[in-house]
Amino acid sequence: MNLKANSYRLRQDILDIIYRAKTGHIGGDFSVTDILNVLYNKVMNITPENFGSVDRDHFVLSKGHAVEALYAVLCQKGFFPREDLLTVSQYGSKYIGHPNNKVNGIEMNSGSLGHGLSVAIGMALAGKMDKRDYRVYVVMGDGELAEGSVWEGAMAGGHYKLDNLCAVIDRNHLQISGTTEYVMNQESQEERWATFGWHVISVNGNDVDALEKAFEEAKTVKGKPTMIVANTTKGCGVSFMANQAGWHHRVPTAEEYEQGMAELKAKEMAANE
Amino acid sequence: MNKIANKQVICEVLMEKAKEDKDVVVLCSDSRGSSSLTPYADTYPEQFVEVGIAEQSLVSISAGLARCGKKPYAASPACFLSTRSMEQAKVDCAYSHMNVKLIGVSGGISYGALGMTHHSATDIADMASIPGMRVYLPSDRFQTRKLMEALYEDTDPAYVRVGRNAVEDVYTEDNCPFEMDKATVLGEGTDVAIIACGEMVKPAVDAMEMLKKEGISAGVLDMYCVKPLDTAAVIKAAEKAKAVIVIEEHTRIGGLGSMVAQVLAENCPRKMRSLGLPDAPVIAGKSQEVFDYYHLNADGIVAAAHELLK
Repeated sequence: MNLKANSYRLRQDILDIIYRAKTGHIGGDFSVTDILNVLYNKVMNITPENFGSVDRDHFVLSKGHAVEALYAVLCQKGFFPREDLLTVSQYGSKYIGHPNNKVNGIEMNSGSLGHGLSVAIGMALAGKMDKRDYRVYVVMGDGELAEGSVWEGAMAGGHYKLDNLCAVIDRNHLQISGTTEYVMNQESQEERWATFGWHVISVNGNDVDALEKAFEEAKTVKGKPTMIVANTTKGCGVSFMANQAGWHHRVPTAEEYEQGMAELKAKEMAANE
Repeated sequence: MNKIANKQVICEVLMEKAKEDKDVVVLCSDSRGSSSLTPYADTYPEQFVEVGIAEQSLVSISAGLARCGKKPYAASPACFLSTRSMEQAKVDCAYSHMNVKLIGVSGGISYGALGMTHHSATDIADMASIPGMRVYLPSDRFQTRKLMEALYEDTDPAYVRVGRNAVEDVYTEDNCPFEMDKATVLGEGTDVAIIACGEMVKPAVDAMEMLKKEGISAGVLDMYCVKPLDTAAVIKAAEKAKAVIVIEEHTRIGGLGSMVAQVLAENCPRKMRSLGLPDAPVIAGKSQEVFDYYHLNADGIVAAAHELLK
């Protein structure tokens, strides 16, 4: 699979989902797309066939508002039929605006920030206790880092030396009220996590090759959990959405949809060449 | 007088289960001593997780363990477990439907003189209002054992509250009738039905005997299963009686009294009194001193019965 082209393919699906549903968190979806693309298509051992087993990798989307990106990836992986995406956020649908484990492929419900890291720590501890060789992945947002519970998990992950755990911060520098540095300073994440006993890798989180390399490096680390600080662009992929806090959860107009779709298609084609 | 606290019985049961089942895991938040779980932690260190003073991760980590096949029991003082980690109980346990058993120890006003920070006078309301979360307050050590054995067998989340100190026995080792999610009928009365949970069951039984001596026919329901409430038992007891008294170690807002009142109003209206703690920080004192101050004792129940039957 051409991962780079696929990221733009997935963004088209996300744009479709949100435009149709008239709701969603497009900015964070687009910043996290490359991370989910690489995890599901290159790094993690999670398939519709093995999903019912404990003996496979595990994933928690702690920044649950980026669920549309997860829907796009899971659908492409065959966890549910494409027509299910037509029901996202519609009356009575299980495909709601945050992860819900009634949906095939989703393990844990999220939506309230600051839960996923500690949930993932429980999964990693279970793996250690049972001497299973699965790995656990969790993706957080950077605004989410203001939640105190994140740092309870940071402590426990370092304390228990969970080298089967790899966390990712989608470091797009924007949250609903503005930049993270304006709302609550989140600089120096590398130092913060290193102090808590984590192996830290800082990468361009919209570069699929760099991400893949970082996840491979994490697999080799012993005696420490890994934190990948994925430096991303909110709204990445569509020129007028990039780096705009206003696109946190704005729904595109018909014109914006067409323009965004055209840009993403062109980028997908270019990546395929 | 019995010297074994209900929380010690929980430790005994968990040690028995852990010996047979490597998936049993106990988690504490620097609370192994207060939870009487030190023997467990010492005997089964591989099946014990210490998270430090961090109730939020205590509950989230438990949920993650459950997701990967473990049977976690998160034990922490009820005051912190029911409020500091309430959202983790709601989202990671109940909403995600994980097999996590939350064990709230030293509940109610067990820590009498330590102030409102250490009282869990709202835990029934807090936990019972979460969809999918069950709430149990066993009355004595024999029932606590039966309850823990039953909870081990199921895979749904639940919150269990026990007190700090040993409480007088209600049952005996040989005579402790128990059916999961069914109130235990400790007596049937045609004048007054007393419905109690947790440490208030014993004074309810004492009050029943006192009332009988006065010629007043009283019955008692041990409603250890606060949620799911045994509504059939409430209706049956109320239909027989002229009045209903509910007593609980909990604020009168949103606890067993509120839940019973709802059932009565909808199905079988009866005069009733809901005896509980005030909507205010409670007075300092040992448990019994606090109970006596608020008339949460056999005399208080008898007085309420007299008033209702006037």
